[in-house]
Amino acid sequence: MVNYIWVGMTLIGIIFAMINGTMEQVNEAVFKSAKEAVTLCIGLISILVFWLGLMRVAEESRLLEKVSLLVRPLVRRLFPEVPSSHPAMGYIVSNIMANLFGLGNAATPLGIKAMEQLKKLNGGKTSASRSMITFLAINTSSITLIPATVIAIRMNYHSASPTDIVFPTLIATIISAAGGILIDRYFYYRRKRKGRE
Amino acid sequence: MQWLNSISLWIIPLLIGFILIYAVIKKVPAYESFVEGGKEGIGMAFSIIPFLVGMLVAISIFRASGALDAFVDLLRPFLDKIGVPSEILPLAIIRPISGNAALGMTSDLIAVHGPDSYIGRLAATIQGSTDTTFYVLTVYFGAVGIKKMGDALKVGLLADLVGIAAAILVVTFFFGY
Repeated sequence: MVNYIWVGMTLIGIIFAMINGTMEQVNEAVFKSAKEAVTLCIGLISILVFWLGLMRVAEESRLLEKVSLLVRPLVRRLFPEVPSSHPAMGYIVSNIMANLFGLGNAATPLGIKAMEQLKKLNGGKTSASRSMITFLAINTSSITLIPATVIAIRMNYHSASPTDIVFPTLIATIISAAGGILIDRYFYYRRKRKGRE
Repeated sequence: MQWLNSISLWIIPLLIGFILIYAVIKKVPAYESFVEGGKEGIGMAFSIIPFLVGMLVAISIFRASGALDAFVDLLRPFLDKIGVPSEILPLAIIRPISGNAALGMTSDLIAVHGPDSYIGRLAATIQGSTDTTFYVLTVYFGAVGIKKMGDALKVGLLADLVGIAAAILVVTFFFGY
């Protein structure tokens, strides 16, 4: 899908430039933006190194585990079909924690582990269970504490206060997570009414 | 909104302090762990270069040719009516599909409109507060062989919509239009 969008944007742009007579601007844009992308990535190194380094400290001091224990009772309520001692619960909580602290790379393997366990709970069926859909809904609205990459981009473009979006982002992400959970519940009860679950 | 700025300003230093104090109490070699973990960041930054180059070039061709403006103008009357700034639409479309493509869009919007503009802040908030539904769906379900996704896609996309609406409301509330 990204494939189509990417090719589409480029081709439409070139055809548009032919008709519109903006070929000169397009030419300039190609080289300028390629260079800008690389500069941007170099700028990201600073924040990524610092943030991932700090998160490693939190991991090794078992602080992340400690925070997981705090959110566990809340998460348990969201997954009524998962027994609280089941390994799936552990992976779900760790995945949410990794997302919370902006560790996208660490979140993915944990999420896959959680799915594996949820599939076992569902008798190994190849259709998505209720808990899987809930897990997905929480994941796609990803609660983020510190959006490190976004801060780095804003710094790159000389924002007067690169971190001023931290609190608004937190509020927006909480609303979207709550929305995701409500939508998930709505669809669950709809399925139940129709006798499909 | 002085208090807001204070919260945003304090969260990060307080978190850093807390993590380090905790590490000292637990007798973890903080500096060594930090350096180890930090190494990962270098690889990560370099690995997104091709994604960002590809996306930023495509977006800027689309923009420089005038096609983006034509597309945005086409949708403006409708979007204005429901209070959605039309500049944000391409980002909203691509956000659930590809995280790296959305990162490219976000940096493009921030570069063009300025990091402290309404559009710049909105783009930053959308990027930070939503996630790539299709990626999560394909990777998580694909890895464990789930073939029937049920309501998962619908739920994920609707949640994204809520996220974007929430970002618009929150940014307008905190920073004004």
